[in-house]
Amino acid sequence: MSEKKFSKKHEWVSLDGDVATVGITKHATEMLGDIVFVEVPDAGKAVEKEGQAAVVESTKAASDVYSPISGEITEGNKAIADDPGSVNTDPEGASWFFKLKIKDKGEYDSLMSKDEYDKFCKENPS
Amino acid sequence: MDVQKTALYNYHKNLGAKFVPFAGYEMPIQYKDGIVKEHISTRTHAGFFDVSHMGQFFLEGDETLIESLEKIIPADLKNLKINHSKYSFLLNNEGGIIDDLIITKTEKGFCIILNAACKENDIKQISQFLQKNHKHLLNNDLSLIALQGPKSVEILEKLIPGVANLKFMTGSKFEYEDEKLYVTRSGYTGEDGFEISISNTKVEKLIDYLISNKVKPIGLGARDTLRLEAGLCLYGHDLNEKINPVEANLKWAIAKKRKEIGGFNGWEKIKDLLANGSEKIRVGIKPDGKVIARENTKIFSPDNNEIGFVTSGTFGPSVNAPVAMGYIKSEFSEIGTSILLEVRGKKYGGKISELPFYKKSYVK
Repeated sequence: MSEKKFSKKHEWVSLDGDVATVGITKHATEMLGDIVFVEVPDAGKAVEKEGQAAVVESTKAASDVYSPISGEITEGNKAIADDPGSVNTDPEGASWFFKLKIKDKGEYDSLMSKDEYDKFCKENPS
Repeated sequence: MDVQKTALYNYHKNLGAKFVPFAGYEMPIQYKDGIVKEHISTRTHAGFFDVSHMGQFFLEGDETLIESLEKIIPADLKNLKINHSKYSFLLNNEGGIIDDLIITKTEKGFCIILNAACKENDIKQISQFLQKNHKHLLNNDLSLIALQGPKSVEILEKLIPGVANLKFMTGSKFEYEDEKLYVTRSGYTGEDGFEISISNTKVEKLIDYLISNKVKPIGLGARDTLRLEAGLCLYGHDLNEKINPVEANLKWAIAKKRKEIGGFNGWEKIKDLLANGSEKIRVGIKPDGKVIARENTKIFSPDNNEIGFVTSGTFGPSVNAPVAMGYIKSEFSEIGTSILLEVRGKKYGGKISELPFYKKSYVK
């Protein structure tokens, strides 16, 4: 598996061949608070770069999860839909949101590295 | 208007509060623990809430004050005993709810607790009915602290002996730190507890004591999940000026005598609604799955006719499921009726549910 890359909308991506795994960052879960509902996409769905792909809701509000990369969904993580709270516990590990077959590796390469993302979060506190 | 702060603002900050603007005040929405933990610790131990943004409105006068207030409040104020409280409302000419409130009979008159966002208008509305010899004061020198949860009584009794004897919806004056404070056994979480009216200069000391007894600070976020599980209305969401007490399923809060005799704003309309029912009514709603039906979610019948809308919806941590309230055409209001909830363009199943979602017995 490749190193994780990060988007400005607080998603992470790792790449294994042409299949990307996408989740939301620890920073995102800290901003959201207690996660109580997750909706993940079904296999076969086509998603665009920065297009809406999943939904995450905390006790406070609902937010869209965007795909940082375009492609076709191969799997949504049903485990987090059944246990939304697990996203708070392990957002960058077992609680990934979806996997997709990517079209353009260039989209992955253009995302932020871990260091760049950490810097981005510091500069854009919300 | 400048953003206002309660006397505890810096205290909240030091406790790690996240603030949001609420009704013109900077108020804590949550602390470090987060909404779910704050909610659970209130239900299992005790939590304190700074509700000092709410109006503490004091009225003094002779028996004509009762007549004046009864024109806008449908409670039986004549027969309200000293130190007893009632949940009621201010009503407009159409019977719509201007605000919901708690009114307590005091030695010299009444104290009314008003919602922060409504308090200025409320006072204008009440003042229309007051006479020259009626005195009134919105007391901003007082803080209001709600202490809620099963351990509240044990903890507060150690500090202020006597509070354990209070029954639900009654209050009394007590001494604390050489000052008088007023404690009522009440709250808005579905838990046993107290609301403590205390001077701004002493409130930090009270909170120090509560924290030393492992009482957690609770923000507006958990206050909302707690009140919704308890089936209680939030003004501006579940109630507004266009909704009357019959539609709001709150006719129990109109005094029996007042239902018979009337004499308050909107009485003609309410009399008709009491006799014939209303077209729509507030109900509890339980989505079948995990989907959260938030405010403004449209409600449909199983054959896809729009029949209502959600006014409050969230995840209920103690129920461990999503919970909501809303208004629905009365013919669909029976408990157990199947409905559809439109969330992000998709329809999800749900049922009309009993309120409250979470039950606890108060000390009577």
